[in-house]
Amino acid sequence: MKHSIRRALFGTAAAATAITLAACTAPADTGGDGDFEPLTEISLQLQWLPQAQFAGYYVALDQGYFEEEGFDSVEIVPSGGDIVPQDALVAGDVDFAIAWVPKVLGTLEASGVELTNIAQVFQKSGTLQVSWADSGIESVADFEGKRIGSWGFGNEWEIFAAMADEGLDSTTVSITTQDFSMNALLDGDVDAAQAMTYNEWAQVLEVVNPETGELYQPEDFNVISYEDTAGAMLQDAIWADTARLADDPAYADAAVRFLKAIIKGWVYSRDNPEDAAAIVYDAAINAEAAFPVGPVHQLWQMNEVNKLIWAGGKFGLIDAGAWDKTVAGALAAVNQDGLNLITAEPSASAYSNEYIEQALAELEEEGVIVDGEYSPIDVTLTEGGQ
Amino acid sequence: MRRWTAVAWGAAGILAVAVAWELYKFLGPADGFVVGAIAGETGSGVMLLPRTHDRAMPHLWDMVARLFESTSGGDTPPLIVSVASAALLTLGIAAVGWLIGVAVGMLLGLAMQRWRLVEWGLLPWIVVSQTVPLIAFAPVVNVIGNQIDRGGFPWPQWVSVAVIASYLAFFPVAIGALKGLGSPDRIHLDLMRSYAAGYRSTLLRLRLPAAVPYLLPALRLAAANAVVGAVVAEVSIGMRGGIGRMLIQLAGQGSSDPAAPWGPTFGSIALGLVAAGSVALVGLGLRRYRRGEATA
Repeated sequence: MKHSIRRALFGTAAAATAITLAACTAPADTGGDGDFEPLTEISLQLQWLPQAQFAGYYVALDQGYFEEEGFDSVEIVPSGGDIVPQDALVAGDVDFAIAWVPKVLGTLEASGVELTNIAQVFQKSGTLQVSWADSGIESVADFEGKRIGSWGFGNEWEIFAAMADEGLDSTTVSITTQDFSMNALLDGDVDAAQAMTYNEWAQVLEVVNPETGELYQPEDFNVISYEDTAGAMLQDAIWADTARLADDPAYADAAVRFLKAIIKGWVYSRDNPEDAAAIVYDAAINAEAAFPVGPVHQLWQMNEVNKLIWAGGKFGLIDAGAWDKTVAGALAAVNQDGLNLITAEPSASAYSNEYIEQALAELEEEGVIVDGEYSPIDVTLTEGGQ
Repeated sequence: MRRWTAVAWGAAGILAVAVAWELYKFLGPADGFVVGAIAGETGSGVMLLPRTHDRAMPHLWDMVARLFESTSGGDTPPLIVSVASAALLTLGIAAVGWLIGVAVGMLLGLAMQRWRLVEWGLLPWIVVSQTVPLIAFAPVVNVIGNQIDRGGFPWPQWVSVAVIASYLAFFPVAIGALKGLGSPDRIHLDLMRSYAAGYRSTLLRLRLPAAVPYLLPALRLAAANAVVGAVVAEVSIGMRGGIGRMLIQLAGQGSSDPAAPWGPTFGSIALGLVAAGSVALVGLGLRRYRRGEATA
């Protein structure tokens, strides 16, 4: 890849310039010309397969928002295999990555690398624990003595943090790994299964109830939302390489422009959920050669994701209270192997509102409404989401 | 005549599996049969008979019907078309992996047969190489590939997948070649020596023909390994468009659309059969060297 060499050469030059100028200038002026050559090609690592969870990025691509912010080429890299977004970012495979905050906190402590959360896309946790309506499981305290499903791979920490708050641990609750379908709940292999509001919860409601011949209804289940528990943790956030942000003014400048483009993508998704869902679905089945769940499912996902993003405040600002709650949960959580996610507070560089604030300010000047409310739409699910 | 009997037996085998599936689905308990379950304790006990309800075991005709419905709703092509194109992509990559694996395996076999010291030094490593789990090895190849790509030499993801496939494919070839090249009888080697034949003519006229019955099963194993390697590697490094990725993605719809994940499952079975069958064609061309081998 040509640009990589240029970037490497350029990074060296920029670092040299920065050292020379360090004595007399404040942090590099990201808007100034001549200091550096702006980046025009960047890549973003997703944390799962293409779906409406990532609508804002595909919309920004489709609507040309990246071009408007001066990028010639933006590559969106799906995951879904063994690709761990924060690891891909550390390895330098991509320029930015989407990942859940607790997972990255674990990586930061375990490997000693430095990454910075530059925008908190999802303001709320979308994780649920779903059980049958007659199971008697109505709160995390009721987990005691039950068999609780989780996907593992770092998706389980909210469960352990919520349990720790109730004085429960893996000696009193049986935690078991569930697969990507919801069969474990439907077949009674677990008492309560983990689900995201925007994906697996819809999958349950896309299954025909053999007793009624109709789709299962929300009233057939008890749903615990981790957002309402002490275990709530911040999820989809945009991560950047801390050292590059500090040393490479072109990268810091690209971060702001990148954020501006994706804010516009998510604003479009907020104002036109049907169109945004269709854009992701088209990108998934064509450009990505992926096989997503059908269009109705994507629209449900778009609707639910918007609820997590537009929580009243401005887009992407990292709320110190929510961050501290995530850190506290991460410190308290102990998994079934007796291991802690983290044992010490992350360093101050683990999040920064500097870039998102600049991006929001520039967009507000351009008249973009970056803090609007989302008005949920009604989505009627169909069998199999087709 | 014998060929038709073979085809008939093959078809009967597939039919028997189909009948057994539907028969068990009809007779077996919908929610399975569990022994030792403790009341009130979910997940306790051992399941002796698997579940037969429609989510666990869809009817065969539902699976077939699903093949002709659109893959992901909307304007997406029928599932069977998506499966076929994904399988073809994986087959192509597996074929590249197979070729690399066969070339490397043959070279290793030749070197080990020629020099005892090489055999002593290499063979243990070749055996050890196969004990490295693929899921540990694949990300390493991917990282190296990415670094080469960033270094300016284009290295698309499918090359990594082919390399991983070749890693599984070279093993049977190396072992088969070593064994086959060493298989000629002493008396034949002595005859070649009495003709004052050098290494090269002994290799071409005696050792390689004698190795054919050993190599053909090795090539078939290598083909099957290359397919498995390609599918697992695709999933592991997240390559788009292949059958491995499709398996993972449709598995997520197992609750609401249980027949869908069977499409790519059938696709990968067909893929393995095509790969092994193509090697059988190689065997046809080498028929006159296959006297010692039981024909398969």
